[in-house]
Amino acid sequence: MLRYILRRLVILLLSLFIAAVVLFVLLRLLPGDPANALVGVGATPEQIAAAQAQLGSDQPLGVQFLSYLGDLARFDLGNSFVSRSSVLDEISRRLSVTLPLTLAAFVLALVIAIPLGILAAVKADRWYGLLLSVVSQVGIAVPVFWLGILLVYEFSLNLRLLPSGGFPLRGYADPGRAIESMVLPVLTIAIVMSASLMRYVRAATLEVLGSDFLRTARALGESHTGALMRHGLRNAAVPVVSVLGIELSTTFLGAVVVEQVFSLPGMGSMLLLGIQQRDYPNIQGVLIVSTLLVLLTGFLADILQRVLDPRLRKEAR
Amino acid sequence: MLSRTDMSFGAPLARGRAALATLTAVSALALSSAAAMAQDYDPQAVVNIGSLYEPQNLDNTQGAGQGINEAFNGNVYEGLFVLTDDGDVEPKLVDSYEISDDGLTYTFTLKDGVTFHSGEKMTSADVKSSIERVTAENSASSRKKTLTVIDSIETPDDKTVVVTLSAPSISLPYNLSYVWIVNDDAGDISASEDGTGPYTLQEWRRGSALAMVPFEDYWGEEPTNGGVMFQYFTDATAQNNALLTGAVDIITSVQSPDALSMFTDNPDFTVSEGASTTKELMAYNDRVAPFDNAQVRAALSRAVDKEKLLQAIWGDYGTLIGSFVPPTDPWYVDLNDVNAYDPESTKEMLAEAGYPDGFSFTLDTPDYDPHPVVAQFLQNELAKVDVDVKINIITANEWYTKIYKAHDFDATLQEHVNHRDIVFYGNPDFYWGYDNPEVTRLISESESAHSMEEQTEMLTEANKIIAEDAASMWLYLYPQIVVSTSNVSGYPLNGLNSQFFAYDIQKAD
Repeated sequence: MLRYILRRLVILLLSLFIAAVVLFVLLRLLPGDPANALVGVGATPEQIAAAQAQLGSDQPLGVQFLSYLGDLARFDLGNSFVSRSSVLDEISRRLSVTLPLTLAAFVLALVIAIPLGILAAVKADRWYGLLLSVVSQVGIAVPVFWLGILLVYEFSLNLRLLPSGGFPLRGYADPGRAIESMVLPVLTIAIVMSASLMRYVRAATLEVLGSDFLRTARALGESHTGALMRHGLRNAAVPVVSVLGIELSTTFLGAVVVEQVFSLPGMGSMLLLGIQQRDYPNIQGVLIVSTLLVLLTGFLADILQRVLDPRLRKEAR
Repeated sequence: MLSRTDMSFGAPLARGRAALATLTAVSALALSSAAAMAQDYDPQAVVNIGSLYEPQNLDNTQGAGQGINEAFNGNVYEGLFVLTDDGDVEPKLVDSYEISDDGLTYTFTLKDGVTFHSGEKMTSADVKSSIERVTAENSASSRKKTLTVIDSIETPDDKTVVVTLSAPSISLPYNLSYVWIVNDDAGDISASEDGTGPYTLQEWRRGSALAMVPFEDYWGEEPTNGGVMFQYFTDATAQNNALLTGAVDIITSVQSPDALSMFTDNPDFTVSEGASTTKELMAYNDRVAPFDNAQVRAALSRAVDKEKLLQAIWGDYGTLIGSFVPPTDPWYVDLNDVNAYDPESTKEMLAEAGYPDGFSFTLDTPDYDPHPVVAQFLQNELAKVDVDVKINIITANEWYTKIYKAHDFDATLQEHVNHRDIVFYGNPDFYWGYDNPEVTRLISESESAHSMEEQTEMLTEANKIIAEDAASMWLYLYPQIVVSTSNVSGYPLNGLNSQFFAYDIQKAD
């Protein structure tokens, strides 16, 4: 197991390196010099040249690349072209919004999807089992931003229960308002996410229901529910966990849209703004950290799978 | 302090006042006390302002964007002069000033008793270093170029600043109204401030909000509210929702008329229209045929029904000005009658100019609103006079390299946002290449004028010639729309270069 973790860790670092290289190349392929964006339309060529020198964008690409890699190795993401502040500081501030948002939505989605998914599978022949499948199918088709707007319309504009967007000036130092402002965004993500999770849970449960080991357990005298609880859950969890890793990553990236709808100061809005302003350090920083988070999620999901399923541990050796 | 009641665009404000009066009457009845009648607003109330323009940092010489001017101009920082909401330049931190006969030396005497938020007294040394911050090598201020005329700054004593120019510049007070007076000991102000304004920065949370509270030792009149909080939105819908739900009291500019229907005819809100300085125009490349011929340009101007265009885009909002000069510029005159809509005459004029069968040109159109819609409208209108418009959609970045830099185009659409930017027509090297020696002379000599009257006279003359020449096709002036809840009043309307003075805003309970 330890060897597996180490090997998996090496792969993670290698993937991160490749992602960093790809990012660097892609950003340089984009048309337009950040110096232009920085000094504005009315700037003289001298002002642009000065801005380029200041940003280092007048250096040869090779030099830029090496200094970029060196900085990354020291986990120095540089300073924003536009705000001059440290990218890493900014990202950690933004993560304090995006991470709780994503994780809370994820947990809520699990709480909704697991029982309902199992119910949909076990009672697949009843009308409500069927209804659950249909609802989850429809849920997958719902665009996140549309659901967000719908929730704002009902809960903020009509019922005046919750704020329509924004984040309090003092952040978590103002816990009541911070939590209030998170409720609708979390709900938005959780509802859409639980719809697709429910389908996976249902499919995995259906497979377990038809498996030989469950029939054997029943033959040995266990009740249907008892057999399902003792043997079924763990077996059904294995494929679901691998999906969970991917789902969590997508949610994290999908937060860009939700943050926009609710005007939350998270990673997503930082990325969008960075792109508008050609703020390369900010874009690079956000993408690197997002990549790292996605890779880490996958890493954890893989390990969790092996913890759950001893058969996988054997193969790994 | 300037009064907001005598504004030229006061009608919507009057509506707000009427609503306020009703409110007051009701509360006076309820309390039946004289005190309630005397005070129709809460001086402790914090005003929440919704905005789409978050500053990127807090230093206006470091590429912070227009948001910093909106939040800080006149509120946290003050200049030697102030550009009022009517477009007039008035003394602020300057007590009096003298101009030498040759127009080359300005002697400013500073106001007494002005202190910075840090507690230090404002002196001439602070003024000198503040101007030098803007003209410095590494300054990214858009005002840098206009101040290059400054040769030297001397400070004979604490209260006196002597500015020597290399050429006369009648616009110096105007240009100085954009120079923040910053404490020379303040150091890096990209995340903090030390100004002289009526508010101090309380807290700034990047990506969400910026809060300011009244400064206790302010030299002037204290604000009529207990503080201001700018809340930033990346999405106009989210901003509108915040106003609808009462999370903000005012939104500083409405970008599209679609959203207005929620607020007009709703007694809970006041919709006010002021004058912006943003002009939508079709700029011809005046260097290339057929647009090097003023008659052709004039003919096209007559073929386009601008009223219909404005109606289509902004409904009942916005203004037709017939030139490049907005009403808040001192040299504004209504030039709508010059080359007014008259499609009948277009064909004759084109025939006279040698295009009896019309012609065809490419219209480079930026890919963002409202340009693509405007392009289609122009295409339709000009097709009626046999002029074929090929629409070529480009990005803002392409616009910059292809048109602004390389001058490689027939005609293009653009919005020009600045106050007093008629001077662009005095520069034959500007992207549109308008070159009329008389206009160039008037514009450059107006800067050496001996009085504002003389400057205004010369620029009005230039304005008229440019309109006669149909140098570009000026389509309309954007409206400046501010929406607030009806218990809030006293805010600026004209949004000149996006400043938003907050100190006179009153919020009733």
